[in-house]
Amino acid sequence: MALIGYLLLGLVFGVTLTKAEVVSWFRIQEMFRFQAFHMYGIIGSAIAVGAAARLLLRRPAAVALCGEEAEGKGYRYWLGGAIFGVGWALTGACPGPLFVLVGGGVTVMLVAVAGALAGTLAYGYWRGRLPH
Amino acid sequence: MHLESLRQTWPWYVAGPIIGLFVPVLLIAGDKRLGISGNLRHLCAAALGGRIDFLRYDWRGTGAWNLAFLLGVVLGGWVGVELLGTREIAIAAETKAALGSLGVRDFSGLVPRELISWEALGTWRGLLMLAGGGFLVGFGTAYAGGCTSGHAINGLSHFQLRSLFAVIGFFAGGLAATHVLLPYLLGAR
Repeated sequence: MALIGYLLLGLVFGVTLTKAEVVSWFRIQEMFRFQAFHMYGIIGSAIAVGAAARLLLRRPAAVALCGEEAEGKGYRYWLGGAIFGVGWALTGACPGPLFVLVGGGVTVMLVAVAGALAGTLAYGYWRGRLPH
Repeated sequence: MHLESLRQTWPWYVAGPIIGLFVPVLLIAGDKRLGISGNLRHLCAAALGGRIDFLRYDWRGTGAWNLAFLLGVVLGGWVGVELLGTREIAIAAETKAALGSLGVRDFSGLVPRELISWEALGTWRGLLMLAGGGFLVGFGTAYAGGCTSGHAINGLSHFQLRSLFAVIGFFAGGLAATHVLLPYLLGAR
């Protein structure tokens, strides 16, 4: 598909994250305090629909995510996941919402984007010394 | 469809399935896998070239589609806010009370202005939350090899065990930050 097609898909993705308020710090707090079903309903139904559609398509299941390399011992998922989780709760935004909020006029999120780029760079720099 | 219904908060049973459909749609469109955090790596690779192993790969070849998707995501934020308007987020009363006791008073936007704004960035607390939190988002997703879209939505749709580990990690970190770190940061020990 041409790049413009992916851009349009991203636009629908961004609108959906905005209108479902997934990009809201308040919604993320509500989720981590287990005080509403909203976020769990979104994530749960997204996985259910994604899995059902993927099974119907009969595509090969085991393909690396984001072009990532071999798995190692698995520490990276626990440790990296937990580190990301702390950042998610502080900023109230995972990577998609970070960019949605910039587009939505919360321009101060550019600081968090810059932080995320610095974090990615830091990981790249220290990768050899981290347990995977 | 009436425009007014698009302006309201989209319920979970509408938004969730739409988000889930990105998994098969991207597979059909070009055998692509949903995932936003890979773009952070592509952007670093584009800016710094091959000075670091992690960033030495063909980011144009593997990442151009995703960067186009990301640009769409930014535009989607603009459309969602400017054209479809946001109103006060109707969070649970218990959440509002809990945040109120931490000193959050302004519930009118997508984010709490007392904590997330250019003014708040001038405080050590605001700086830590945005720059520090952003750093952890970037470091953690690069380390884990994916974020909420890549591991939770795409990975779990593919029944990948490693994504389940990552998602458990996301929640462990998020719960610790919400219940321990945040109250400490906001001064309500």
